[in-house]
Amino acid sequence: MSELTKLTIGEARDGMAKGAFTAVELTQAHLTAMEKARALNAYITETPDLALSRAEASQVRIQSGKAGSMEGIPVGIKDLFCTEGVKTTAGSKILGDFVPPYESFVSRKLKDAGAVMLGKTNLDEFAMGSSNETSASGSCVSPWTRSGDDTKLVPGGSSGGSASAVAARIAMAATGTDTGGSIRQPAAFCGIVGLKPTYGRCSRWGIVAFASSLDQAGPMTRTVGDAAIMLRAMAGHDPMDSTSAPVEVPNFEAALTGDIRGLKIGLPKEYRPEGLDPEIAALWDRGAEMLRDAGAEVVEVSLPHTKYALATYYIIAPAEASSNLARYDGVRYGLRVDGNSLDDMYRKTRAAGFGEEVRRRILVGTYALSAGYYDAYYLKAQKVRALIAEDFKTAFKTVDAILTPTTPTAAFGLGEEVNDPVTMYLNDVFTVPTSLAGLPGLSVPVGLSSTGLPLGLQLVGRYFDEETVLNVGSVLEKAAGFSALPKGLEG
Amino acid sequence: MTYLIEGETGTWEVVIGLEVHCQVISQSKLFSGSSTTYGAEPNSQVSLVDAAMPGMLPVINGACVEQAVKTGLGLRAKINKHSVFARKNYFYADLPQGYQISQYEQPIVGEGKLVLDMPDGSSREVGIERLHLEQDAGKSMHDQHPSKSLIDLNRSGVALMEIVSKPDLREPEEAGAYLRKLRSILRYLGTCDGNMEEGSMRCDVNVSVRPLGNDELRTRCEVKNVNSVRFVMQAIEAEARRQVDVYENGGEIVQETRLFDPAKGETRSMRSKENAHDYRYFPDPDLLPLEFDDAFVEKIRDALPELPDDKKSRFIADFGLTPYDASVLVVDQANADYFEAVADGRDGKIAANWVINNLFGALGKAGKSVGESPVSAENLGKLLDLLKEDVISGRIAKDVFEIMWETGGDPEAIVEEKGLKQVTDTGAIEAAVDAVIAANPDKVADVKGGKEKLLGWFTGQVMKSTQGKANPGMVNEILKKKILG
Amino acid sequence: MALDKTTVANIAVLARIDVEEDRMEALAGELSGILNWIEQLGEVNTDGVAPMTSVADLALAWREDKVTDGGYQDRVLANAPEQQDGCFTVPKVME
Repeated sequence: MSELTKLTIGEARDGMAKGAFTAVELTQAHLTAMEKARALNAYITETPDLALSRAEASQVRIQSGKAGSMEGIPVGIKDLFCTEGVKTTAGSKILGDFVPPYESFVSRKLKDAGAVMLGKTNLDEFAMGSSNETSASGSCVSPWTRSGDDTKLVPGGSSGGSASAVAARIAMAATGTDTGGSIRQPAAFCGIVGLKPTYGRCSRWGIVAFASSLDQAGPMTRTVGDAAIMLRAMAGHDPMDSTSAPVEVPNFEAALTGDIRGLKIGLPKEYRPEGLDPEIAALWDRGAEMLRDAGAEVVEVSLPHTKYALATYYIIAPAEASSNLARYDGVRYGLRVDGNSLDDMYRKTRAAGFGEEVRRRILVGTYALSAGYYDAYYLKAQKVRALIAEDFKTAFKTVDAILTPTTPTAAFGLGEEVNDPVTMYLNDVFTVPTSLAGLPGLSVPVGLSSTGLPLGLQLVGRYFDEETVLNVGSVLEKAAGFSALPKGLEG
Repeated sequence: MTYLIEGETGTWEVVIGLEVHCQVISQSKLFSGSSTTYGAEPNSQVSLVDAAMPGMLPVINGACVEQAVKTGLGLRAKINKHSVFARKNYFYADLPQGYQISQYEQPIVGEGKLVLDMPDGSSREVGIERLHLEQDAGKSMHDQHPSKSLIDLNRSGVALMEIVSKPDLREPEEAGAYLRKLRSILRYLGTCDGNMEEGSMRCDVNVSVRPLGNDELRTRCEVKNVNSVRFVMQAIEAEARRQVDVYENGGEIVQETRLFDPAKGETRSMRSKENAHDYRYFPDPDLLPLEFDDAFVEKIRDALPELPDDKKSRFIADFGLTPYDASVLVVDQANADYFEAVADGRDGKIAANWVINNLFGALGKAGKSVGESPVSAENLGKLLDLLKEDVISGRIAKDVFEIMWETGGDPEAIVEEKGLKQVTDTGAIEAAVDAVIAANPDKVADVKGGKEKLLGWFTGQVMKSTQGKANPGMVNEILKKKILG
Repeated sequence: MALDKTTVANIAVLARIDVEEDRMEALAGELSGILNWIEQLGEVNTDGVAPMTSVADLALAWREDKVTDGGYQDRVLANAPEQQDGCFTVPKVME
């Protein structure tokens, strides 16, 4: 492995500024590494030529003193972001060979900041999954394996390709999207940092929609500092997204003071249900201890409706998805399977184009919105959602951030959980409540499981207070000193 | 004169409600920045949002909100300062998103009312249930390929106001009056051009029937997309008749969507819409609630033009017009303005007669609007002045009007040039009278013998000999004096 | 709530997704499993709770009424599976 692929964004930025290496060399190092790591299936589409030409342009800007905040940084873009002139699949067959004639707001901002796109990363189909196994382009694999066991493990999902690529050093950072945990859970599984910003912080314009009231883009990086740099480049008000917040984008990097003395950190008691994996519980306790040692006050808080968050999510997200995915009808773009009538064409196209999990969620969502069931399912879920958001609001009256585990387990093996949808859904048990409330959530790698797999802790903050979340995260990161590497990348 | 259907089993009453889709006058679409102009190249006025490309999001056009509020005020309706956009989910080739963004439980405008001006001069009030904003669909063309339909999305996303009446209408004639009145108000407000032929105003008609004297609302059928006032009236008659026949033959009416075939004069079930609809409405998560304050509403209210009902009352009060004449004059704002210009400082009733009978008559025959009239309001007013001042006679006035219509000329100049001034010189009239008396001694004798009715004949002869220029009153007087002494 | 095959078939029609007859039974089972699990929401007292549609605590921003988009038929049609005369085409619709 080239030394260049081990760098953080901060280090690479400084190295290029000093002329220690060029943007082209940095990109080339990643492209070489990508070729060797194709077995991971982390990228659906690689764009080496585009990457090199962008890197060359970056180098010119660096030399002329016009470097952007992400200048020359090689990144993976989740294949849910529409990229102009580059095939975008959303991990689905139904998009066929769709080449967007437009660039998503977030990927354009990154590009404008100088980031170099290496390719489009793998994901669960339409971001619906927690293991990357529902991708039409095949499962992505984690670079991690259990100690003394070669079983291929899932990278988590839905941003599995991004997590795997960043962990495997074949992207210095990557974009993810998070609807119920799709940034944080794979970040935890792959031992990297993942931040789901406050809903409304990053524009959704040009991101293939899964569940509009929940979807949010965020950075997936190897350090908290990198997440701060990258979020600043991704965020900002977009008048083309009515749910994008007209708020200032702070200098998140500057917020990383490492000083959390006097901050109050809450531990929600409902996140320690009976049967919680003792390893996870112990990790959580250790994390709390680290923050206490750094001068924070750690207190117990209550989020009484936590138990109902998953069920709420699995009504709201499929309901919105059933409507958002109605546009994939074989008329204007994507796959078309001919039929003897318009309806026949629709039914065949959509049956052939959507994978099993997507079909299942569309049907659940359709049912939840249908006449006679709307009140019992969708409306009820929206009310419970309000209660869940209220829980957080109450908690944040007394604490500045909340610490929880990111996932209930470490990464599992390919195929181990695909048979039962509800078991799979339980992966998101700690991340979904935050999504429902729209709050920022950061997963930081804190330790290894007994089997040698990364485990993460989640920090949740107030609306638009990513600064506190990142600052506390940086303290946790430093105290945990997580330095383990996937097999083959050590040394 | 209630409209009733005499069936085999008894008398039936028709219950009608109208849902009118009105294209909002705006530059750009409801949720995207593409143009709304009519008749462009297919798919050339389509944004990525209108084509429902992945990841595209709606952003509301403030002008469309304003137009909806303005229309709501014009319908004297409740304006809802908080309303919600919802998705109406269904699949159709010209509906790119797979849902229409509309308003469901919380529309921007609530209950209001509309006053119908019936042909007999009476008025009737009809309830407005609601007005909501929604997106139009694209256009499907079925006749350009043997096995395919072509889809043009230019119209996709154009703002519509759906205005729903209460089921208060009972006759086809009322439905026609409702549409004409609604169109008139929309045009006054400048919120919709009301052009049914171009589809900027489209009507769905809900029809049910019930035995006379019965208050229940029976199952209704929706006749979709009827595109003229006349067809709406015909469709109601046909559909009501059909329903009576079904009931009287022991059948039941199934709630369904039907299509009116003007050629056959009948409605038929729409096969493509046969699937039981379940629109799965839910609040659009891409949009937030639509909100504005009282100041916004008041600003629009302050800028409202005088609307037909108010204008009508004013015309009746100020000009002494009959309700019927007033309602005819106020249908179109340009017509009303024309009338007012003519009536200004003159006798309103005479002005109304001339405008309605002579001018509108001529315009109607020529297929012109008042804006295209060769006779300006100023000139028509001058003509009325000439009449009033006895410069010309009524008969000559009609001739002068004809000339004005042909040439667009000034009536004073025409009268001058053609020498049409009324002769009021006693000597000249006496000479003409003498000539007629001298030429008809036998008739003079008849008059003297008691046939005074013949005096009218003499007047006619004198008018003829003076090419209508003699003042008829003076002619009469002189005749009487000369013959009867 | 246990969904029967007919209900599943109806939902599939609404969603325009063909489901093979031999998959129907299994699918009904899966969906029922999910819905049964979701029914725990019935335990929550939501009396007087306003439904939460969006977490965004914003007023809906309005656009100015200007033509700023469109005019690119080629981009609109670029990915069309089928087109003719500047239009998308679909199997003929009978009205």
